Amino acid sequence: MDAKLDYLLRQGDNALILSQQLCQLCGKGPALEEDMALSNVALDLLGQTRMWLGYAAELEGKGRDEDRLAFHRDAIDYRNCLLVEQPNGSYADTMMRQFLFDTWHYFLMDGLTRSSDVRIAEIAQKSIKEVTYHLRRSGDLVVRLGDGTDISHAKMQTALDELWMYSGEMFLYDAVDHAMVEQGVAPAVDGLRQNFLDHLAEVLNEATLKMPSPDAWMQRGGKQGRHSERLGYILAEMQFLQRAYPGAQW
Amino acid sequence: MTALDVSIEQVWSWLGEVADPEIPVISVVDLGIVRDVAFEGDTCVVTITPTYSGCPAMQVISDSVKEALLAHGVDDVRIVSRLAPAWTTDWMSDAGKAALKGYGIAPPVQQAIDISGLHAGIRRRAAPEVSCPVCGSPHTQLTSEFGSTPCKALYKCLDCREPFDYFKCH
Repeated sequence: MDAKLDYLLRQGDNALILSQQLCQLCGKGPALEEDMALSNVALDLLGQTRMWLGYAAELEGKGRDEDRLAFHRDAIDYRNCLLVEQPNGSYADTMMRQFLFDTWHYFLMDGLTRSSDVRIAEIAQKSIKEVTYHLRRSGDLVVRLGDGTDISHAKMQTALDELWMYSGEMFLYDAVDHAMVEQGVAPAVDGLRQNFLDHLAEVLNEATLKMPSPDAWMQRGGKQGRHSERLGYILAEMQFLQRAYPGAQW
Repeated sequence: MTALDVSIEQVWSWLGEVADPEIPVISVVDLGIVRDVAFEGDTCVVTITPTYSGCPAMQVISDSVKEALLAHGVDDVRIVSRLAPAWTTDWMSDAGKAALKGYGIAPPVQQAIDISGLHAGIRRRAAPEVSCPVCGSPHTQLTSEFGSTPCKALYKCLDCREPFDYFKCH
């Protein structure tokens, strides 16, 4: 597969799968305000998905559109990182996953605003405004819950410890990532990772949470299409209608 | 009707009467969504830009623009969606901001959201002072970072106790 197409699918699939997971919480949030926030973040991510997959479909040039890519690819063709397919779990798990994702997402979008690919730079410039707001909110909640009650602190620490092994895959660059860096499309990994870790350290410190070692062993494979069993269930629900009734419209 | 019969200024003025589907007191022109109007032969080309990337109102806005122009006899209309430069609340007109306030929605108080970096208070809410659209009091409090649409947050007035929408800086 063309490296840039693969790279676009990664961006689109990350946003799409996380959006789908957040959508599952619509009507089930722990408070009305949180419910609305999760759904709105999901909506932003879905909008971003359309821009990424729309570009991917054009670049591929095989007559597929964004919907076809979203609803008619199987798990092995999905390129999202493993972090976004982790279960919603408790609200601590949901928010910690969001915070880890938002932090990485913010710095990646920041880098992509300077992409040599004009279309990618435009999508990033559109997205980063929304991502900035997401990160501000999730970081704020991590501090409030981490530095909250004994119970909320314990839940946040457990969530962080359990999600940590999924926080490194984004920085394990493979041939696709390297090709994108060489073409000036994507930012180099070193600065990206350092910014990510610095921001995490600052927020987690304020949240009185203990940051696990950045050198810990990290899970990998999502970017290359090797997913956990969970993605199949997520896709089964998300794709059911278009699989059962191909081309169905509102 | 052909292009020769209609001026671009006339089209802009018609579009100024097309209401935003979510906030009907503000037009799509005052909101800054319409970026350009041009004629290509007999085709009237209207360029619009999304507010938030996932804003579900865009399709309705696109249809409303076509309907409004058709009502004035312009039946050959093409809508183009343009991504860059990204929409910002800075493009909202003063008339639009006044209309929002009159409708009970506090208009954006600052310049566009600061994406410059973490040191600019990305995490700590650089909580802007939002005045109550009802009584004008600056003693207000954020109750929810998101409201009924992605472009709004929920506030409450600590003086007159009115809960209200705030159109976020973006």
